[in-house]
Amino acid sequence: MFLKKQLPLLVAMFMGTMMIIQFFIPHPFSKNVYSTILDWLMIVTAFTLLIAVQSTVQMHITKIRRKVTDWQSSVIVLTALGITVFVGILGGAYAPTNILMKIFPNVQPGSDTPLMYLYIYFQTPMQATIFSLLAFYMASAAFRAFRARSFDATMLLITASIVTIGRVPIGQFFYANMPEVVEWILNYPSMAAQRGILIGVNLGMIATSLKIILGIERGYLGGGK
Amino acid sequence: MKRHLLLFLCMISISVFSQELIDSTNVALIDTAITEMQHSGIVLNVCDTPNDDGTSITIKWDINDSLKGYLMDIHRIHGECDTAIALDMNPEKGIHTDNMVHGGTNYMYYALFKKDDIVKKTDNSLPVKAIGQWFNKERFDSFIVLLLIAGAFAWFIYLAKKGKSFYIRKIAGLDAVEEAVGRSTEMGKPIMYLLGIGYVTDIPTIAGLTILGRVAKKAAEYDTRIMVPSYDPVVMTTAQEVVKEAFTEAGRPDAYRKEDTMYITQDQFGYAAGVDGMMMREKPGAIFLQGLFFAESLILAETGYSIGAIQIAGTTETAQLPFFVAACDYTLIGEEMMAASVYLEREPLMLGSIVAEDLIKIIIVFVLIIGFILGLLGHGFKIGFFTDMFEWLVRII
Repeated sequence: MFLKKQLPLLVAMFMGTMMIIQFFIPHPFSKNVYSTILDWLMIVTAFTLLIAVQSTVQMHITKIRRKVTDWQSSVIVLTALGITVFVGILGGAYAPTNILMKIFPNVQPGSDTPLMYLYIYFQTPMQATIFSLLAFYMASAAFRAFRARSFDATMLLITASIVTIGRVPIGQFFYANMPEVVEWILNYPSMAAQRGILIGVNLGMIATSLKIILGIERGYLGGGK
Repeated sequence: MKRHLLLFLCMISISVFSQELIDSTNVALIDTAITEMQHSGIVLNVCDTPNDDGTSITIKWDINDSLKGYLMDIHRIHGECDTAIALDMNPEKGIHTDNMVHGGTNYMYYALFKKDDIVKKTDNSLPVKAIGQWFNKERFDSFIVLLLIAGAFAWFIYLAKKGKSFYIRKIAGLDAVEEAVGRSTEMGKPIMYLLGIGYVTDIPTIAGLTILGRVAKKAAEYDTRIMVPSYDPVVMTTAQEVVKEAFTEAGRPDAYRKEDTMYITQDQFGYAAGVDGMMMREKPGAIFLQGLFFAESLILAETGYSIGAIQIAGTTETAQLPFFVAACDYTLIGEEMMAASVYLEREPLMLGSIVAEDLIKIIIVFVLIIGFILGLLGHGFKIGFFTDMFEWLVRII
């Protein structure tokens, strides 16, 4: 029980208090403590990647074994993972390795690595494809949100229409000062609402941090009390 | 012979005299330069940079009109070593910080002002050493605010401990948790819980994990499967622990499936694509989006909408809130998400912290109103007294 509950709470309390004190102390001792903790964080993060790989491999092998719906996708995932690891280790990440240059004599020290090739010509276009879907999702969400069923929705529709028209060149064609109107909407009513939310959010963050440090908030350890 | 001797003596005397003349001219030149500098009042004020870790020294000077158009070099002297630390600077800057010093070592500084062939030198400064400070005075205001906030929290938690009851308003999104879990159970579909693309060090992610505990407990009680696709391996590990504890607390440790809390990828849109694929295949009856979301928020929420799932979202990112409001059934806006653990638990101690938060919010609103009035009277109506008051308020804030 002590190891599962009290010890993590004590560690959270000690580290939380220490980091608050550290914020006010510029002395080299304090800076060294801070940089050491950052180093620990990086080391722990590096090891957690192994857990991530283990989880991914286990999940997809289970899917293939059980022949669940679309199990073929899992084969693609594992093959892509294997190829990326192989290419990364053999060819290097930012500069080609000596082994790669021996196998392919035309590869120079300044050349792109195969891993970079995969990143630039496979991963980046795939990311862009998913991101571009956002335009269509935005149109369908806006269509639902802007249906003038209530006073609030009507206000939203009118404001959004003004901002949308003012953000494209045709807005200026309808009314010369349209961009200024849009800027005013964004800088005053919209900004005021956003700042109201942000004040609440920041206070909530401080409250949550204090609750964690004082051991009142324990939900992140699992369970309730 | 006599003539030769006289000529020789004459040459020697000319040589000696000319050497003296050169020396005296040099001395005169330097003296003139130093005299001019002293007249100009150029003195390097060198001091240890305040509120730092003892690795920098600040050099300040006041420039006068006679040095306009000059370029400035600053030199550092340490023992026998003379190093130029800044070259061809504009002297009108008035300040330079030397960040390449070792704490506890004495250094002296001097400056050279150059224009064409003219070089003017300042006197060497007094020796100065950089020392690391134990308190950053620039953060004193933050320290006071921290004490005030911590004090308010401590006071209301003390009142709660004494037995004072506090009221918390209804939050529709959190009341709907049971409805969402129940609906999934009735439909025989799983629940999907997304913690966004934050790390475990982000407070919204921690708030999301707290809500996950309550949702997982409900899911365990209703014997419904809960899936938690994760973006970060540390968040995944924490989420596994949270779900496991919740199932144990509900008396159903046998129903816990570790593989349902899985890692997807640490690529933002790769994560969105992976989760969208899972949504389309598994068709969850309820989807919770609680955590830190960015551009992928609408991609996830719209896919959830398209499969007809009941969706409860919550984030602190103001840019993503409109998307959630448009696509989800319930949205926890900013601080509501932070208050979720208190709302779901209803523990008196935790309620005390919410009251303290509200008190601080009232103080902030009060200061904003005062600032608005002072600004209006000071800068709008140009009343000097209020202008000074406004400037003072801005300075202390």
